[in-house]
Amino acid sequence: MSRLQSLTVQVLLEPERAFGLSMPEWDLLVRQARRANLLAKLAYVLQDGGRIADVPTAPRLHLQAALRIAERQQLALRWEVECIRIALTEVPARLILLKGAAYAMAGLPAARGRMFADVDILVPRELIAKVESVLTIHGWRGEDMDAYDQHYYRHWMHEIPPMRHVRRGTSIDVHHTILPGTARIKVNTAALFEGVRSLPELAGVDVLQPVDMLLHSAAHLFHEGELDNGLRDLFDLAGLLRELGRDPGFWAALVPRSIALGLERPLFYALRYTSMMLDAAVPASVLAASVAAGAPSGPVLALMDACYVRALQPMHGSCDRFGTWTARMALYVRSHWLRMPLHLLAYHLIRKAIKPDKTLTEARAMAAPHGGGKPQA
Amino acid sequence: MKVSDLSESDLRGLLRQGNLLLQISPFVARIRSDVHKVAHEIALMYGDFTVCQPEVFADFHVEVAREAGLRRWVSPLARFAFDGKRSFVPLPAAQAFPMIEWGLNWCVAAHAHQYLVIHAAVIEKGGRAAVLPAPPGSGKSTLCAGLVNRGWRLLSDELALYDLATGLIHGMARPVNLKNASIDVIRAFAPEAVFTVPVPDTTKGTVALMRPSSGSVLRAQEPVRPAWIILPKYEANAEAVLSVHGKAETFMLVAEQSFNYDIHGLRGFNAVADLLDQCASHTFTYGHLDDAVRVFERLAAEPAS
Repeated sequence: MSRLQSLTVQVLLEPERAFGLSMPEWDLLVRQARRANLLAKLAYVLQDGGRIADVPTAPRLHLQAALRIAERQQLALRWEVECIRIALTEVPARLILLKGAAYAMAGLPAARGRMFADVDILVPRELIAKVESVLTIHGWRGEDMDAYDQHYYRHWMHEIPPMRHVRRGTSIDVHHTILPGTARIKVNTAALFEGVRSLPELAGVDVLQPVDMLLHSAAHLFHEGELDNGLRDLFDLAGLLRELGRDPGFWAALVPRSIALGLERPLFYALRYTSMMLDAAVPASVLAASVAAGAPSGPVLALMDACYVRALQPMHGSCDRFGTWTARMALYVRSHWLRMPLHLLAYHLIRKAIKPDKTLTEARAMAAPHGGGKPQA
Repeated sequence: MKVSDLSESDLRGLLRQGNLLLQISPFVARIRSDVHKVAHEIALMYGDFTVCQPEVFADFHVEVAREAGLRRWVSPLARFAFDGKRSFVPLPAAQAFPMIEWGLNWCVAAHAHQYLVIHAAVIEKGGRAAVLPAPPGSGKSTLCAGLVNRGWRLLSDELALYDLATGLIHGMARPVNLKNASIDVIRAFAPEAVFTVPVPDTTKGTVALMRPSSGSVLRAQEPVRPAWIILPKYEANAEAVLSVHGKAETFMLVAEQSFNYDIHGLRGFNAVADLLDQCASHTFTYGHLDDAVRVFERLAAEPAS
């Protein structure tokens, strides 16, 4: 297996390498890291090593700008979580944070410099309607969607349509489980709720227990079809393994828990690609157990390797090589294949082909660079 | 080497390969475009700007590329990209050059957090800068274009870069973006000014860019101490009136017109406060550019307080 490492990955794994870079290499590094949404992480890595001042001025200004955005986001996140917590006191549901918001509020170093666009929360399915109405009262609104998209979310997906706060403009994704109800893998959601932990310093804010946090991150990445943030998510996994793995109980529980939740396959991929591509230190016994529990057949694995090694790269032209486009396309198709049974998939794709996805187009238009001139609200 | 040292076909070659490294102090932009007439417009507008050597670090990689497909032979579209990431809305290829200008503004506003980036025009005379922040439609660009054709140095018509450490303002001395009726107003006011061919039907109406003076471009690397914050308001045929504007109200307006005020947090608050401490603040209503020139002349002649 060839080990294709982008400059970004090389420097993130071995920060010392940054100090031997030429200006054109710095130029490339900033480009790649920005496209991979890893510029702030890179900045933290260099700052934590006490050497950010040694970076040449021009690239250093970009790193420091990324730090400012990341710091600001952490602050904004805390405020947002507090607003959500207050809103949800009106519902007999615990506030369970998922993904980026959970890593940040749990104080995990994996959250440092991690940029995200929304807060993900998990609530029991029977309380979804109540939670949605309470959030509406507190200023969040479901984004405009046609009846089909509403149906898509509410009947097939594991979350309701994203809601946006009318004044703050912040987004919240309300989930009732971690994979679509139509997905091939059936997650044991009840078990997931049983393992929820309270955050010691934050009354009323919960997160998944460590093993589940890792398993959710794995399930998310290895079901994802659009891998714009794929490398960032792989770094999340590597960071979580390093931090959560300080507790020996974590490693002992990992594979058995993946089997109990039905997530042994995504765990296998997570351990394989974090160790293969990001040098994550996974105990040999855990690796062997995950192979036994979750590895696909040889030919499938060879195909998956070929795809993920190409797709989990910064979305920058310098990281493309033979087969990159095909690999990303194959993983995109696979994600749909995993998400719903064939008859639903066929219906969904035909429907989407006939009628362009309005919400997606709009979300993309908003994310796109626009003409300068007006400050953003 | 300056842009004007290159022939238009050399410039076109550099643009096609994505190798045009333009110094827009304090930044460097790497520009790529396969839209034929962009080279002509860059030559026209950026003649006095420095072209950097290939081994330099570029802050922003921007591109305006023609869209593929049959349509390119009928009414071609072009798309902006930043660091290789394509925006999702293509625009008519005729808007390629304004697209580069707006794109560069966006790049600076969204990334240059070593500054407080204020949506304002900045001009200088006698070592003192006037900052003209204003919501769109207030006539800020017209006023700025008028004054830079009467001896004021252009720092920027759109983005004031306030250095939080030194309290000085940087500008890029890039072309002035004029819209609709302003284009003919400035043409009549300054017949010697050089413009791009106006592009109709943009989201901002008809747009033309005006070439910055050589003097402004040569001094683009000299930051200036701000002395005045002036909120312009154009009213047809109104008399020119300069009146003192309350500091608190000015503070709110400058904060609101800053792209990254929120990102700076407390630093941003202190920066706006420091900026205001250095400046007299005024509102300025005007109906004729000649009156405006006289009022600004008087301001510049007053001794520094």
